Amino acid sequence: MPLFEALRLALQTIRTQKLKSGFSLLGVFIGVASLIGAWSIVNGVNRYMTEKFAQTLFGVNTFQLRRRPMFTPNVPDSVWRAWARRPRIRFSDAEALNAGFTVPVITAWQSSENQTVSYRDKQARDIELTAASERYFEIKNLRLALGRAFTAQENRSGAAVVVLGDAVAQRLFVDRSPLDRSVRIGGSAYRVIGVVEKQGSVLGFPLDRFVVVPALSPAQNLVNPPGILDAFLVKAQSEPEMRLAMDQAEGIMRSRRHLRPRQDDNFALDTSEGVQRFWAGISRILVVVLPGVVLVSLVIGGIVIMNIMLMAVAERTREIGLRKSLGARRRDVLRQFLAESAAIATVGAAFGVVAGIGLTFLIAAASPLPASVSPVSILLGVVMGAGVGVVAGVYPASRAARLDPIAALRQE
Amino acid sequence: MFRTGDTPLPDIIILSHKLTRAYDMGGEVVRALQGVSLQIRKNEYVAVMGPSGSGKSTLMNLIGCLDTPTSGEYWLNGQKVSDLDDDELARIRNKEIGFVFQTFNLLPRASALHNVELPLIYAGAGARERRARAARALERVGLGDRMEHRPNELSGGQRQRVAIARALVNDPSILLADEPTGNLDSTTSADIMAVFRELHRQGQTIVMVTHEHDIAAHAARVVTLRDGLIASDQLQAA
Repeated sequence: MPLFEALRLALQTIRTQKLKSGFSLLGVFIGVASLIGAWSIVNGVNRYMTEKFAQTLFGVNTFQLRRRPMFTPNVPDSVWRAWARRPRIRFSDAEALNAGFTVPVITAWQSSENQTVSYRDKQARDIELTAASERYFEIKNLRLALGRAFTAQENRSGAAVVVLGDAVAQRLFVDRSPLDRSVRIGGSAYRVIGVVEKQGSVLGFPLDRFVVVPALSPAQNLVNPPGILDAFLVKAQSEPEMRLAMDQAEGIMRSRRHLRPRQDDNFALDTSEGVQRFWAGISRILVVVLPGVVLVSLVIGGIVIMNIMLMAVAERTREIGLRKSLGARRRDVLRQFLAESAAIATVGAAFGVVAGIGLTFLIAAASPLPASVSPVSILLGVVMGAGVGVVAGVYPASRAARLDPIAALRQE
Repeated sequence: MFRTGDTPLPDIIILSHKLTRAYDMGGEVVRALQGVSLQIRKNEYVAVMGPSGSGKSTLMNLIGCLDTPTSGEYWLNGQKVSDLDDDELARIRNKEIGFVFQTFNLLPRASALHNVELPLIYAGAGARERRARAARALERVGLGDRMEHRPNELSGGQRQRVAIARALVNDPSILLADEPTGNLDSTTSADIMAVFRELHRQGQTIVMVTHEHDIAAHAARVVTLRDGLIASDQLQAA
């Protein structure tokens, strides 16, 4: 019997026995759906991390000089205490670095603290107040939806002007224009000169709840002691230039802090790689757990299919005897039942793919997780589903193929 | 007289020579056939009779290549089949033998046409050829207008006609019927016998196992088995 005939027969059997087939493909269905669903989350977050977060939010070819690394999974207390003893980054460090770079870079100061921003009787609480220098917008890829960013002149003079994040503008001004209005930050009045485009959220954290003011404006006292920076941001034009600038920054900082060759750096140079390493640590856990879940449901699916196929062989013993008496060889019968088992599993896997994709869209729409379907997971899901069917079908099919036609025909 | 080492004459379709078949039933050996020598010529119509336990089912299984003999030779249409392996036997069943069973053995979910196509699937025929040949076989047994019916939409007699069409579709050397009227009433039985008679007239070789004398009376020759041996072998007037 040609393979095509076997497949046609298998699909026909599935069609005529919808309910039974439905149950038998449930295991594979769940396995494949969960595979695709979970994979989509990991994939989505991965892509988010590498493309959007690392590239856009952190900045391409950008590094940050900080007292300690920004993203730090599972740091022991001792390390944490050592970090807390490190000296802070000072304005003078930033100036020395600016003077010392020999590669073309753009740089910005940054210090942040949560603050309340108010307009008349309206308040926006827990807003990230960032005191930064003018190139901050460029490095962070923040585009203005309205108005303008502050200038170098305004930054140097410490002008009381502010650029709002989208959520802050929405909260305080609803749909009126915030431009040239006066908001209060801490004790000072600030004139709104711009609103940044909506950034959305990452992993459930809103990215639009911020305001940016010039680093030397009155609110600088709210974020850090005088002369202190959270971070010094450096953006180069290419990856190698960024590496070079990092080397230079390290050298300059080490000499400024009088570190001897054997001493470790007492500052951190963070890149988007650091963020990605942090995420990689988390996703590695998922990557270990995920196949376990999928494996379990596929094994269960396989056992269910094997059972169903053993039942089918028992039920259709007479049919097998008949087919043999009409000239079916062992391999014909084997192929028929293998095809049926594989077809059940593949149909289950196909439904699983559809459900998994649906699940992905549901997750993406209803949760903060940026899920996105990976084509590899679809392929893998279908191949694994069909594979489970074939493996689960081998034993029942070989039993069917070995049946003695005389005994099989006599069976009631 | 046939001797071991000979080749049967060309018009001998079935030749069994000292055929025996023993079963091991849990230590006890049951000798169902104890040396059956039988020759059936092309276009003969033979009924095999005998009480239950006489070995007629065993002989039927051997003739139908569903089983292999313990000893002896079996030649079918010039081919020695007594020492073929499983797959070769399947090929012989497919090409040389058309089975008709007491219980019809049709696939319940398949149309009459598809049931008749089955042997052609295992013969490797293409879909178009299968349909055409199956349709022709159904027309031969008078069911040209019932091709798309399922077995449960057909009467017992019609089902057995579908089974006969299935048996004929590969132009087998022999039509092998096992109690073909066992599940049918006497009117329908007569119908089926009429079909057999017509097929015989057209040149088909028929071997029919039955325990009913009036059914056996339709055959031109009656072989009676008793205790695994041929007790009588008689020609009778049609």
